[in-house]
This record gives sequence, C-alpha cells and structure tokens, in this order.
Amino acid sequence: MKKQFFKNSIKLGVLAFFVALSSCTKDLDRTPFVEVTSATVYKDFSNYKQILAKVYAGLAVSGQQGPAGRPDISGIDEGFSTYLRQYWKAQQLPTDEAVIGWNDGSLPDYHDMDWTSGNEFITAMYNRIFYQITLCNEFIRETTDAKLSERGISGENLTQAKIFRAEARFLRALSYYHALDMYGSVPFVTEADAVGSFLPRQASRTELFSYVESELKAIETELLDARTNEYGRADKGAAWALLAKLYLNAETYIGTAKYTECITYCNKVTAASYALESDYNKLFLTDNNKSTEMIFPITFDGTRTKTWGGMTFLVHAGVGGNMNPADFGINGGWSGLRTTKALVEKFSDITGATDRRAMFHTNGQKLDISDIFTFNDGYAITKYRNVSSTGVKGTDTEGNFPDTDFPLFRLADVYLMYAEATLRSGQGGNQATALQFVNALRQRAYKGTSGNVTSINLDFILDERARELYWEAHRRTDLIRFKKFTGSTYLWPWKGGVKDGRSVPDHLVVFPIPASDLVANPNLDQNAGY
Amino acid sequence: MTNLDTHFTSRVASNERFYFMLRPILLVVGFVLLLSSVFAQITVSGTITSEDQQPLIGATVLVKGTTTGAVTDLDGKFTVQVPDQNALLVIGYTGFAEQEIVVGSQTQLNIVLKVDIQRLNELVVVGYGSQKKRDVTGSVTNISEKDFIKGNIATPEQLINGKIAGVQITSNGGAPGAGSRIRVRGGSSLNANNDPLIVIDGVPLDNSGVSGAANPLSFINPNDIENFTILKDASAAAIYGSRASNGVILITTKKGKAGDKMRINFSSVLSSSTKSGAIDVLSADEFRAIVNERGTAAQKALLGTANTNWQDQIYQTAFSHDNNLSLTGSLKDLPYRASIGFMDQNGILKTSNMNRLSGSIGINPSFFDKHLKVDVNLKGTSINNRFANQGAIGSAVVFDPTQPIRSGSDALGGYFEFLDPATKNPNTLAPRNPLALLNQRNDESTVGRIIGNVVLDYKFHFLPELRANLNVGLDRSNSQGDINVPQGVAQFFDRGGQVATYTQNKNNKTFEFYLNYVREFGANRIDLMGGYSYQDFIRESTDLDKNLSGEVFNDIFFKSQNTLVSFYTRLNYALKERYLLTFTLRRDGSSRFSPDTRWGTFPSAAFAWKINEEGFMQGNNLFSNLKLRLGYGVTGQQDVGSDYPYLSRYTPSEPTAQYQFGNDFFATLRPEGYDANIKWEQTETLNAGIDWAIRSGRVSGAIDVYSRKTKDLLSVIPVPAGSNLTNQILTNVGNIENSGVEFTLNTRLIEKEKLSWDFGFNVTFNQNEVTNLTKVPNPNYQGVQVGGISGGVGNTVQIHTVGFPTFAYFLNQQVYNEDGKPVEGLYADLNGDGLVNLDDRYRYKQADPRLYLGINSQVSYEDFSLSFVLRANFDNYVYNNVLSNNATFRGLTGTNNFLLNLSPNVLQTGFTNNQYFSDYYVENGSFLRLDNLTLGYNLKGLLGGTSNTQISLIGQNLFTITKYSGLDPEVAGGIDNNIYPRPRILSFGLNVSF
Repeated sequence: MKKQFFKNSIKLGVLAFFVALSSCTKDLDRTPFVEVTSATVYKDFSNYKQILAKVYAGLAVSGQQGPAGRPDISGIDEGFSTYLRQYWKAQQLPTDEAVIGWNDGSLPDYHDMDWTSGNEFITAMYNRIFYQITLCNEFIRETTDAKLSERGISGENLTQAKIFRAEARFLRALSYYHALDMYGSVPFVTEADAVGSFLPRQASRTELFSYVESELKAIETELLDARTNEYGRADKGAAWALLAKLYLNAETYIGTAKYTECITYCNKVTAASYALESDYNKLFLTDNNKSTEMIFPITFDGTRTKTWGGMTFLVHAGVGGNMNPADFGINGGWSGLRTTKALVEKFSDITGATDRRAMFHTNGQKLDISDIFTFNDGYAITKYRNVSSTGVKGTDTEGNFPDTDFPLFRLADVYLMYAEATLRSGQGGNQATALQFVNALRQRAYKGTSGNVTSINLDFILDERARELYWEAHRRTDLIRFKKFTGSTYLWPWKGGVKDGRSVPDHLVVFPIPASDLVANPNLDQNAGY
Repeated sequence: MTNLDTHFTSRVASNERFYFMLRPILLVVGFVLLLSSVFAQITVSGTITSEDQQPLIGATVLVKGTTTGAVTDLDGKFTVQVPDQNALLVIGYTGFAEQEIVVGSQTQLNIVLKVDIQRLNELVVVGYGSQKKRDVTGSVTNISEKDFIKGNIATPEQLINGKIAGVQITSNGGAPGAGSRIRVRGGSSLNANNDPLIVIDGVPLDNSGVSGAANPLSFINPNDIENFTILKDASAAAIYGSRASNGVILITTKKGKAGDKMRINFSSVLSSSTKSGAIDVLSADEFRAIVNERGTAAQKALLGTANTNWQDQIYQTAFSHDNNLSLTGSLKDLPYRASIGFMDQNGILKTSNMNRLSGSIGINPSFFDKHLKVDVNLKGTSINNRFANQGAIGSAVVFDPTQPIRSGSDALGGYFEFLDPATKNPNTLAPRNPLALLNQRNDESTVGRIIGNVVLDYKFHFLPELRANLNVGLDRSNSQGDINVPQGVAQFFDRGGQVATYTQNKNNKTFEFYLNYVREFGANRIDLMGGYSYQDFIRESTDLDKNLSGEVFNDIFFKSQNTLVSFYTRLNYALKERYLLTFTLRRDGSSRFSPDTRWGTFPSAAFAWKINEEGFMQGNNLFSNLKLRLGYGVTGQQDVGSDYPYLSRYTPSEPTAQYQFGNDFFATLRPEGYDANIKWEQTETLNAGIDWAIRSGRVSGAIDVYSRKTKDLLSVIPVPAGSNLTNQILTNVGNIENSGVEFTLNTRLIEKEKLSWDFGFNVTFNQNEVTNLTKVPNPNYQGVQVGGISGGVGNTVQIHTVGFPTFAYFLNQQVYNEDGKPVEGLYADLNGDGLVNLDDRYRYKQADPRLYLGINSQVSYEDFSLSFVLRANFDNYVYNNVLSNNATFRGLTGTNNFLLNLSPNVLQTGFTNNQYFSDYYVENGSFLRLDNLTLGYNLKGLLGGTSNTQISLIGQNLFTITKYSGLDPEVAGGIDNNIYPRPRILSFGLNVSF
C-alpha cells in the first residue's frame, strides 16, 4: 500500500518536473498586460490618432496620468517638468514682465541672470524640447508611405495618416524652433535616427534655421487649410505663423534679415479667416477655444487634461495677497508671479479703464519690488482665469485645473509682426496696413478710437508688444531682437538680480547646453561664454 | 532545526551495491523486527545532568532510527522503551553537545552532557539544504530564538536589530507595524533594489511592498520564528544568485519534533507606548511675543488667544497587546506545530492602529523509514490597518499655537482652520488643523496573506547517498483599502471629500527541485547538489478615487508579471574534515531582460581551513575552534521595478491626461523609452574571515573583512538628448564599491552555579564609494542629484558622485560671522569665480554610518535575568529638514493670511528666508540608543509538571544619546523630515509552557 503510494508519487513528481522544466524558459518571454508593444500598435489605425494626441499633449501635460504620476521626463519635480511651464518661465522670468517669489532650487537664477549649465529649469526645458522631437521622430518614422502601405493603411485612413504625419512634422519644427531660439546650436536627430544608444551630432544654428524653414515649407501643402482642422490641431495657419516668427528673428539667429519673407507669411495668415476677438480679456478665459483669433493653442481641461504645469501654473501662481481666488475660478492662489514697474509704466492708465489690456491687481500690492520673495511687492496680473466670458467657473470641482487654453500663436501677434517687419524695411507690406493693424488692436483695447496712433516706430512696437502680449511667452525673444535683453541699453527692476537692474553679459542671449547632456554626449560643444 | 538528522546521512553504510542486493531481504527482516519489537522491549531510565550536576529539564532522548523517545522531567529523569540492547539513544539539549549512547545491558543510565556554547554541531540552513555550522565556508550568521529581542515587536526584522555585524536595520518610524530598511553590508546598487532576499521556510518572498500594509514582513508573526540565518558574503549567497546581491535572510519557523509530547505555549505581551520627545517649537506666548515684535499689522491681527500645544494634541499614550498560543508535539509519527496569534497595536499618533490575526500550521512527517521526509508549512495572516494621516505630524510642528483646536462653529466639522479672507473657504496654502487631519480621515485596509509550501525530501532507497528535494510554494496576498474623507471638511474641501478604494492581488509561485549526493571515501567527503528553480510573480492592482458625489478623479488598473528561471549547482568538498572547499554555480534567466541578455552566470568559490584540527594544534589548549574562511563570488541583480524595461512599448494615458481635438478628448498612447540591451548588474564579493573560540568555551568571535564591487550598475542616467524617448534611462553603467570589516565577540564573563553573565558586541565598519557613473569617462560630471527635501518644490540636497560615498550631501558652504552665527544667504565662493551659485556647492559627509555597533548583555541570577541591547551609529550625517523648512521668519513675513509657528533655532540664525542649500543644516547624527532592557523572572513548575512560566518587564527605546538637535538621528536616507516618532515602550510579558 505504502509502496504503491510511493511509486505513484515518484511518477507524479517526475511528470511535474518535466512539465515544469519544458515550459520554464518559454515563460521568460513575458509581455505587458496593460501596455501595447510597438510591434502591434501600428497595425490598428485607430491607435494613430492617440499617438498623435500624445505628441500634442507633450506640450501640455507632464505624463500619462493627470495631474501627476507616470511622467514623461524625470530628474525634476513633475509639475515643473511640463513644456509650457518651462517655456513660459524661460521666456518671461528673465525679463521686465515677470518676477516669481519662489525659492525652488535654482529658479531665482532666471532673475539673477547668472544661470549655469547645471540649472535644472534650463535642463528641463531642453529635455522637454528633445522629448517632443523624439516623439515626433518616432511617429514620422512609423508612418512613412512605405510603412503605411506595408500595414495596409489605405483610402481615407491613408489620407488621414499623411495629415497626421505632416502635423507631427509641424510639432517637431516648433520644438526645433524653440531649441534654436533658446539654445542656439543643439543636437540634431530626425526620423532617420532610430531609438537606441547613439550620440547625436550637433547642428549649427544656421543649419537648424534652414531645417525648420524647409520642413515648414514642405508641409505647407500637406496640412489642412487654415481653420479647417479640428480645434487644437495644427493647420496651415500655424505653420505660417511659425514661419513668420522664424523670419522675423532671422537676423538674431543667422545674421541675415528675412523681413520680406516674414511679411509673406504674415500676409497668408491675415488673408485667412482669422478675426480679432471682440474683447481682449476673453482671449484668456475658459471659452477661448471658441476664439477666431486663435491660430495655435495648447489646450487644457479641468477634468481631462490635468497638470500642475501649463495653465494651472499660470492661473494659480499669479494669485495671492488679497486677490479673491474665486474671481479666478480656483480654490487658492500660489503667491508667486507678479510684474515689475517697467511693464506697469508702459500703460498711461493702469486701471484698465482706458486701455483694457492693463490688467493689474494693485490693492495691497506695492509698485516697487524690494523683496522678490514677498508677493505684495510688485503688481499682480489678472490676465489668465479659470472662468468663462459669462462668468462660469471651470469644470474642475476642486478648483485646481483650469479649462483655459494657452494661445501660443494668435492673430494679434501676427499683426504686430507684420508692422515690425514693415518698419524694418521688409517688402510686400505697407506702412498704412501696419498702422491699421496696430490701431485694430488699440481700438479693441480702448473700446473705440481714443487710443489710436497716427505713426509707429520700432520702439513703439516693442512697447506695444509688451502691452498686447505680456505674459504670453514672447518677451525674451522680443527683447533679444531689439538688443535690449543684455547690456545696459535697457535696465528694468531686478534685471540681473539687482533692485535697479544691472548690465548683464551678451552671452546670455542663449542658454547654456545643459551639463547633463555635455556629459552624455561628447559630440557637443558648449555655447560661448558658459 | 528542520532536518535534525541530515548530517547522519553520511554515516549510513556506503556500500550501496551490497545494500541494493540485500534490499528485499532487509525489508523482510525489518518487517519481522518491527513486529517483534512490539513484543520484546527493554525499559531504560536515567538522569541527564550538565557537567556541574544540574539536572537538565526538557532534554530529549530519542531511540535512533525510530520515533520513540522521551523528554526529561524536572529532575532530569527519563524513562524510555527500547527494542533491544543494540538500540542507540540520541540525547539532545539545546546549547549542549549531542550524545549517542548504546544501551547495551544497562537499564539505568546517568548521562552528563557537555556544554557546547558555540554549538558547532548546530545545523544552519544555507539555501537548498543545511550544513553543520563548523563546516560552513562562507560568511553566515545564525541567530536563534533565545537571542531574539523581546518586547512589543510586531515585525520579524526587529527581533535581530543590533544583533548581527554587517546588518543594519533602520525602522521607518514608529507607526504600528512600520517597515524597516534592511542593509546587509551597505547597498550594492544605486537604482535597483537594495533589500536583501528573504526566504521563509524555503519560500523566497518578492521584495516589493504589499498595498495596504506598512511592511510586507509584518505578515510573519515574530512568535513563529525559530531562527534567522543571514548569508552575507557572495560565496554563501551566490546559490541564490539572481536575487542575492544584497545578502539573503533565511527565516525558519518553529517545528514539531518526532517523539515529542504535546507542549502548549502561551505568551502575552501588554505594552504602553509614549512619545519620547517633541520637536522644539515656540510656545504660544513666545510666538505672540515674536509676532508682536516683528510682524506687520495684518499679521498681528491674525494672532489668536489660545494656547495650544499641537504636538501634545496629536499624540497619545497607546496600549497594545500581543497574545500567542502554540501547540507543538508529535501525533504518533506526525510532528506538528500549530499556532495562533492576535496582536492589536495602537500607535502613539492618534487614530493609528494595526491588528493582526495570524495562524500557522506545520507538519513534518517521515515515511518509509525516514527515506521520505515531508515538510508542510502554511502561514495565514489577516491584518487590519488604520493608517493615521501622517501629514498631521508636520502640521503640528508649524501650526499656529495661538489658535484653538475648535472654532466654535459647526463649519468644517467644528475645527479651527485658516480661511481665505475672500472666499471664506480653507486657505489652500495654509497647513491644516492637525487634529482635523487625523479625525476627519479614515484610511483603513484589510490585507490577507498566505505563505505556504510543501517540501518532499526523498533519500533514494537504492542509493541513500542521493537525495531528491522538491519544494513547491506559494505566496499570495489580497489587499483592500478604503480612504474616506467626509464632505465639508478642510482636507479635500474643494473637491467634496474623498471616497477612494484600492485593491491589490499578488500571486507568487515557487517551484524548486534539486538532487543532492553526499559521499565519504577515506578522508574525503563530497556533497554535490544540482537543481532547478522557477519563480513567478504576478501583481494586479486597482485604484479608484472619487468624491462624495461620485465624481471620478482616477480609475487605474495595473497588472504586471515577471519570471525567474535558474539552474544551480554546489559542490562541497572536505578533506580530513579540515580543509573545506565550496563551489557554486548558478545560471539565471530573468523575463525582465531580452532573450540576448537575460541569462546571467554567477559563480562562487570558498575555502575554509579548520586550523584547530591540525596536528600541530593538537597540543594547544587555547582554541576549541579556529577556522579561516576565504570566499569569492559573483551575484546578480535584476530587480529594477519595471517588469519590461527592454521592450519597446506604448502606454495608454489615464482619462485625466487626454488631449482635446475639436470637441473630443483622446486618450494618448506614449512610446516608452527603453534600453533593449539592459542586462544583469553584477556584484563581486571578496571575503576573508576567521571564526574562533577559546577552549574554555567562554569567549568566541569572528572577524570578517570584505570588499564588494558592483559593475554594470543599474543606474538612471541622462541619455544623450534625442537618442531615446526619455531624458533619463535605467541602464547598465557605472561601478560602486563597498568595503568593510565586521567584528563579533561573545563572552561568558561569569559562569557560576547561580550566576552567569553573557556579554557580546558586534562592530561593523562599512564605507562605499562611487567609482564610475558614465559610459564615457568624464571628470567634469557632477553626478546624480538625489535626496529630495520638503520645502520648495523639487529641491535635492544629496548627490552620487564618482570618488565620493553614495548619498553625499551637496550643498553650499555656510559663512559665519565673528559670533559664529550663520550669515543669511552668504556662502563660500568655492570655485573662486566671483559668483556664488550652484557651481559652488560641495560634497560634504554622507547619510550612512561609517561605523555601527550592537552591544548585548544578559545576566542571570537564579531565576532572574536582566538583559539589554544597546545600538550605536557613528558618522551618519543628517540633514535637518525640519529646521531648514521651519526655522525662518518667512512664516511671519509671508502674506498668505496665515501664520506658521517657528523653531527656536530661528532666534539663533535670524534667517528670514529658507536657506535650503546651506550646509548649516547637516548635523552629525551619531547616537547610542538603549533599544531594549528586559527583566525576566522564571517561575519553574508554577503550573506543575514540566510547566515553565516566565514573566518579564521590558523597556524599549529607553534613551538615545546624541548631539543631533532634531528629534531622532536615526533616519534612513539621512533627511529628517517629520518621521512618525519612534515611541518609548514599556511592556509586561508572560510566557507559559506546559
């Protein structure tokens, strides 16, 4: 009896052993349950739009879970890591338009203008740019004509896929534009460079300029006509606006003026069906997605596109002191952002009663900043809000995440680019139209013609750009183009970290290549002066 | 002891062919003998005493080869039936050398057992088998129940804290059942797991946490544990190759023994915990004085009239009890142990509680004349936790002491909160009322876990030198947690309360099979083992977060799996019982790596020389043991968190991270960064050690010197921008080294008839250094910044840099004025470029101690005993984040419509703004702590017969001597930021067995 049991157990044991052994090494090929492998993801066309959505979302959110969790890039606080938040800080904090009262890491370096290649914010911006570029490259690589045909994508799907691909090329050009604007000469990778362990080469600013230009021109015909695509997606208008911006700054970037080309593309935008929003303040409210002035937005939503960066930062950080958070549709302010006297003084009446673009909160605030870390020093700005034009609070019950979208390109900017390029002797435009464009903005601001001007010059344009476009992430580029960012021709409070402002060296017109990338990639040379 | 007679295997007749032929005959003869034994039996009785003529109570007398036996009574007497005069009696008693006696013609035996303090014959579990302790070649430490720390101990690792050189156990605070950071000889990795592998009765646990439990080890009832074996060096641990880089802790639970009578043990510990101190903050009156002196009119207006000590409010005196009942014995041939335990532990932070119901059953019968041994273990545990909102700890430190607890109105549940003056809603930037945080949040979990295995160990009938061992085990846990915050209270005010539910199911399987062949020929003995192991880990979780109106904020599903397959072999070779060699080789495959890189090979070799057995030592009367050990081995590491780091894959976004196209929102698909070539991290260990014992048996010790070098370090480094779909990736790059010395000394200082005093200490010196961090060597590389702090956002204060220890502090050097007072914002321009900025930070000290030691002492006088455990760390530096965050006047100068209390330290520094990056806040955290003081009294025979009753008074965490200015200098990771304070505990213990 016992023996039989024993024999059977041995048999069973041996059997179990061999069954287990034969299946064991195969079991090492585990595949994910929730994720999709890249081998299968492109077989299903319905995935394409979701992958494209990621490329767009890369400008808005921090990762795959809102407002935080599963970030795209690491090495910095996730809320800090978002594209728009970093871009905004880099473009605004070193200028006369904004100060921030926070003591986070090396954030104050933006005011002090003594940043180094170890600055984590400059590094995060750079990493975001290249994250976008590699996302775009991946999508473009996987949607070549050959690959689409190999996967049997045809008919309407094929047409759509090609439009998606053109939009990914636009987004890549946008990020390369930001790279050449902020960092000058950077690593260069295209869809030809597969993901893996390699060291990208460094492209000169001139080469990047030509690349961005050629890419935008190449997709100009492939993108949908202006204002015919779904809201949020790039169309021809977005490509034109970016080309106009590239050309307007060509002298800064490559030493060659391209104002005529700038006017060419401004004309294309103004000829399309864009129209100025009737009220200036509506451009920065939750229903700004309906605005006909919007050329290219970064979209946000209180429940579906949540982040601690982007508009959440822009709405909350500017609220503090005795400002009422409820007026901004939020649960509380973060007491960070204010502006300097230099911006305030560009308005003759700061109450907003005459020029409605003067959106200052002065109650309890001091005009002069004696301590950057004190929110009450410096006037606050009330531009961005999480309420609609009819006064309805945004959809997030918590009051954290705004529905408001960020206008990356809007018509008013193109009007002012046209005027400036014309003043800078670009061909294809005229002074009368330029004046008309400027007065169109001022009539909206003044609710009538009382603010109209009869002549304009370049200094006026720079100030008008501040009045119209402050806190919209243009200022650093504008000051550099006007040669007022560095040196001592223009001092504003706290320029260079000194109360009355100081002269700062010229090499600061570009940021340093981050030390982390210099270590990772020996092909790279640091920008001069760092 | 699992396999008491494993080491007898070698003594069995070795002529297998002869045996094979005779087997049928022997079986018949055996059967006849078995029958006849029923009729012809001899009764033998006797007394067992120690060398000093003391009767030994509870000594075992076993008739060899049978399950017949007896246990000595109070006078050390026994009576046993033996089949015939050839019967061999095996006499055993813990702590004494085992003896075998042939019965012969005697019927009355007086046996004197010799003390075996070193217990060199003791078997230690070494991974896939056990070895005699004296034959061990690697660095292995064994610690058994009698040396465990006593008291209010909820988790197993606390039983051995401070007892073992080279093992550092740092509890994560004083919450009920809180986990610990366990480091064996320092960490071997930067980004991969640094926790040792834990194996319970042959079931290797996975190292990841269990949702809803503070500590995955809290599922093991410490009362069920018989001993711990720690495999420290690679030659010992390499047999667990794939998961052994950080050492291996083998836990063996208590078992029944064949022939034992049933023994019932009941133990109970009642404890009272109190907070051992408080963080220094201003009193209400001091605070009022400062605000009135320095504040603006608006700030003065914010002052209240109350006097509230918030830290007194949130803590309580907490009572706990832990009751355990176990039955151990042998039902005929079936040795068993069953236990049940119930523990209910309250935390000193109000609302925190954990209760645990645990049960275990173990049977270990033998069949076919002990050829087949079966070992079945099943442990089931159910834990209920109520987690306190630990945000209250930090909040109590900074909350304005002039404010009352209650507002006097019904709003916000009646608690005082700072409001936004415009909206009259809770101010989102202000701290929350600490008591409201505790009382208005109910965070509960219920977690069940089952760990069980069946081991079949078969000694071949035709070839008894050969043994086959099959081990099938499972480890499953089910967690369910619920967090509820009502509507209309300050936490989650704007989102309308919280109703969150999370679940987790873990299903881990182990299948192991090995063959073991042991043979002696002449002066040689070989012990060859070869086996196969399969482990599979699946975890699945959900997370649903809603408010009270049902609005969903997060709804997450996660599932992941990884599998390990291994083939291993070990050869032990002994020549003349003097020269011992061990070789192991293990080949591991991990599903985490690609088919090209998934297999790793991990060899080890060790040599031991028992010098005292040498002829030239025969005349020596000094050493009873003197063994030299040399070992070398390579272990691997693949536990990198993610289960699919080599695969190119696309991850869907949650509904909260969609993007808008037109009027529709699209969930996104993100291509993940990956390293297709990621592979095993390898740690090479060299170990040299000497075990020694003085012949008198009263002094013994060990010294070990080791060096551990990790290569292909799994570290997160920046990728060249543009080359991958991320900015930082986990890849194999870099090297770190740990080296150290361990010294252990155990002595019996006094050994008198009624008085004895055991004293021991262990000292560990460990230092580590990062030796490379980049693929392309670059002397300018600053390193990887780590050590996030509280205050600001994303600030870090530590760094891993080549040439420095891991977790070195990376800060600016504070400049002091003539009075020795730090000057706010003034730092040394260390690089001399005329600017003081990030580039002037320097590397200063490190978080981990360079030297740590444990001291234990036990004095016994008649039935009284008094023991203590002292533990000390030296050269561990702590960043006082509590001060850097709270000791500034910013709380006053801020304009956010609330006030923050201050640390009196601000009066010394005068800082207005936070100086997070000042090295002023790094302090020497060296300390000496009285971990445990136990007074015991033994009431022998109180309940008659062989009963044994012990009562004890136990104090834990009684004092800490340190210069550190914060609450507690023992901080895993070195950044002190309001940890749950470790309580001071007084307990009364009762242990009855009969």
